[in-house]
Amino acid sequence: MILSALIFILVAGGLLAWVANRWRPDSAKWVALATVGIELVLTIWLWLQSASVMALPAHGGWLAEIRAEWIPRFGVSFHLAMDGISLILVMLTAFLGVVAVACSWTEIREREGFFYFNLLWTLAGAVGVFLALDLFLFLFFWELMLVPMYFMIMIWGHEKRLYASIKFFIYVEGSGLFMLVAILALVFVHYRSTGVLTFDYFDLLNTAMSPSTGLWIMLGFFIAFAVKTPIVLFHTWLPDAHTEAPTAGSVILAGVLLKTGAYGLLRFVVPLFPEAAGYFAPVAMALGATGVLYGAFLAFAQTDLKRLVAYTSVSHLGFVVLGIFAWNPWSLGGAVMQMLAHGISTGALFVIAGILQERTHTRDMRRFEGLWSVMPRLAAMGLFFAIATLGLPGMGNFVGEFLILMGLYGVSSVLASVAAVAFVASVVYALALVQKTFHGENTHGWRLHDLSGREMATLGAMAAVTLWLGLYPQPILDAAAPALNGLRDLTAGQYQTDLE
Amino acid sequence: MILTRSDIMVLMPLIIVAASAVGVMLTVAFTRRPQASMILTLLGLIFSFAALPFAANFGPRQITPLLIVDNYTLFYMGLVFTATFVVTVLCYRYFGGRESRHNALYVLLLLAALGGAVLVASSHFASFLLGLELLSISLFALIAYPKNAERPLEAGIKYLILAGFSSALLLFGMALIYAQLGTMQFTQIGVMLAAHEQRLDAYGLAGLALIVAGAGFKLALVPFHMWTPDIYEGAPAPVTAFIATVSKGAMLAMLLRYFLATGAYQSQSVTLALSLIAAATILVGNLLALQQDNIKRILAYSSIAQLGYLLVGFLAFGAIAAEAVTYYLAAYFVAMLGAFGVITVLSRGAPEEDSDMLINYVGLFWHRPWLAGVLTVMLLSLAGIPLTMGFVGKFYVLAAAVSASLWLLAIVLVIGSAIGLYYYLRIIAVMYAPDPRAAPEREEAFGVSASPAESITLAALTLVLTSLGVYPALLIHGIEAPAVHLGWLSTFPVLVCSI
Repeated sequence: MILSALIFILVAGGLLAWVANRWRPDSAKWVALATVGIELVLTIWLWLQSASVMALPAHGGWLAEIRAEWIPRFGVSFHLAMDGISLILVMLTAFLGVVAVACSWTEIREREGFFYFNLLWTLAGAVGVFLALDLFLFLFFWELMLVPMYFMIMIWGHEKRLYASIKFFIYVEGSGLFMLVAILALVFVHYRSTGVLTFDYFDLLNTAMSPSTGLWIMLGFFIAFAVKTPIVLFHTWLPDAHTEAPTAGSVILAGVLLKTGAYGLLRFVVPLFPEAAGYFAPVAMALGATGVLYGAFLAFAQTDLKRLVAYTSVSHLGFVVLGIFAWNPWSLGGAVMQMLAHGISTGALFVIAGILQERTHTRDMRRFEGLWSVMPRLAAMGLFFAIATLGLPGMGNFVGEFLILMGLYGVSSVLASVAAVAFVASVVYALALVQKTFHGENTHGWRLHDLSGREMATLGAMAAVTLWLGLYPQPILDAAAPALNGLRDLTAGQYQTDLE
Repeated sequence: MILTRSDIMVLMPLIIVAASAVGVMLTVAFTRRPQASMILTLLGLIFSFAALPFAANFGPRQITPLLIVDNYTLFYMGLVFTATFVVTVLCYRYFGGRESRHNALYVLLLLAALGGAVLVASSHFASFLLGLELLSISLFALIAYPKNAERPLEAGIKYLILAGFSSALLLFGMALIYAQLGTMQFTQIGVMLAAHEQRLDAYGLAGLALIVAGAGFKLALVPFHMWTPDIYEGAPAPVTAFIATVSKGAMLAMLLRYFLATGAYQSQSVTLALSLIAAATILVGNLLALQQDNIKRILAYSSIAQLGYLLVGFLAFGAIAAEAVTYYLAAYFVAMLGAFGVITVLSRGAPEEDSDMLINYVGLFWHRPWLAGVLTVMLLSLAGIPLTMGFVGKFYVLAAAVSASLWLLAIVLVIGSAIGLYYYLRIIAVMYAPDPRAAPEREEAFGVSASPAESITLAALTLVLTSLGVYPALLIHGIEAPAVHLGWLSTFPVLVCSI
């Protein structure tokens, strides 16, 4: 029940926000804030509840489950379940939901009702993706969250919003259709061998199929997740969408939607097709490592603040891909950690970019300079999250990247050393960001307000979480460990990579 | 041949529609008020719809060699009657409301519905042609109904020529098949081909090809699609809705029955040709829609592409294909009726031109949020986005294709849908764009207000589209039986010859 409530609260809150704004202007944001607030409290409560349950090793890592018949003709059921990984990602979604509402507080002044409706429905879709264990239901949520995000970019976005929103939609929806074909292929392969038509995740695990079939079907899934994650070659929608989206949209895109792709790789691609994924892993990891470097180098070359941050996402998610395909306890824990830390630090950088844009109406870093003297609090926050992004020890990103590299080294020392180069590159882009924007003389004569109490509270909370993740990551790793071990047990002996 | 009481019961839906056409015509002699005609038409459609469950109790039945009434037939009749009902509601205000004398329109609509219903019930070339001609001839007049306006007249004549041409092809194809086999009944054709391990000879195959070509014109499959955009653009919006739904749906249902009953799907060359047609239809329809600026033309190309998707499901054959086609067609009916319904509501009505240019829709959402919302949902359904029937329909069709291992067609469908997103999103983007609110003529453009009947109809369509999108089991349960029946039909020839 609690799992459907997690989705339903957001759906209902979205509708309520829309309706409420017709009665009383300005009420939409309060409704939205209350909704995401309740969601966050609920997930934290779930986490505290579950901490004791997860200590039991026999539990298989699942904390809650709900299942009801939906389309019996196809063996489709409304099947939601939560393990540690889902819990962490839902918590991230709820937290960033609060951030997204807070950072839209003054930015969105037109059609607020419809805006918060879209925001909450995107979050509902993402929560659904993290919880669904029926492949049809998964696809349903996967495509469902695109539409409201499309509206957010298209209506409240910046200059090139039309181009960016349509590109985003076509990339993600098109690749999602390939996944649909792959899902159907998997289901019918399973149907032919067992005579049972089902879309259930647990039933479809260990479906017997020939290696070449497995590879093709796996590729169908991979392409959808590769677009969303994004893995290099499939990433070209990302800089546009992130740059043109309103601040809340960028935060949710970077913090939550990208994670759905990585989550798909972790939950579906490797466990459903261990052999094919093992065979394909060298390619995926090479793409991941390329992404790490490519994203970092491109980030350095940007002059648009949001575009810079967008490219750092490509780089950071490259680490996640490496961590997932290395598939050992360290690297997987690191991947989960990295997803979380990246969501918060990148989200914060987008919030900062949004605050700057709201005040200066530009994102061009060449027009900023010396903002430290004008907005010391914002500049300090900018510095903090820039060094969080570059992976300074003591911040969450460091823990994630370190664990991934440690796990990766055992699998391939070459890839690990290639990825480690990114530490240098990321120092370059992060410090370039700080220097170009905040240091130097205020030659353009900017006169701006510093952070308000609301903005300070938002960024302060994000900074606190980043520090907490960096200094005491154990609770998160503990929460994820049973689920990750469960996934590794599923593929025991079948997932073998040969990187030499 | 003596008709028994149960035969009459089974034919009741057809009889009621035919009788109401005559009834409407007779009442016009007494009163020229269009309300009376419209209400009688709606009542006729409601009664014939209500007769469907009774007919189902007595079926499935073969009545004369011409007609077969089984659950499959009845389901499609239901679709045809519902669509005609919606179109009738949309026509009233559009064609002038109580001030105008558009009574003949309702007679034509009923006759066209009768043609569609005969078409889905036909099991013989004669009834096939009869139904088709009844449908087409009513349509010529319906398209050119605003007879003082230029575009509808032009479209009517175009349709007349092309439909005549395609009927000629069909007839010739039927003749060639008759020449080889000596029968015009579908099941007989199937029996003869199955019994003697006999294949169609070159003439027979040519005949089948001509039938496919003739049907292709009606369905607007590539390369027989050229007429579609012009006629969609020229015809009055509610009539366009009728062409897009009833005319195409009935034809496709008939064709599916023909293929399954005669075993034509066993012919490799025919399925190959149809596969090529399907792929070409999907790609051409979607690509040509990209550059259009007229919503009716975009929807025309979109309907071409949608028929391509349907053909992919069709080519899977067997029970799941019939289910997939039926579900998708239902989704397509609802979405097309809704989309053209919104265009109708926004237009001033005949004989003025419809407001169908994209420019007319700039900022629609901020002026008429409900109408724009309805159109958005319909377009998203056509694009196959969750929460709408279109998503389940696309899923169904792909499931049919994958279960029959039609990998290439499935991939083409995926690519086509991805291309298609662009033009659907383009319309949506236009509707949600901030508009120059200051310009006074814009207020006027949105000034036409929907009648309560139109609003209720559009709301009902939206409700159906979303509720069946969220909980499709309701409809799936309803179409499984007809589809299973049709699957049984495909084994029918074998049964008959074993007797």
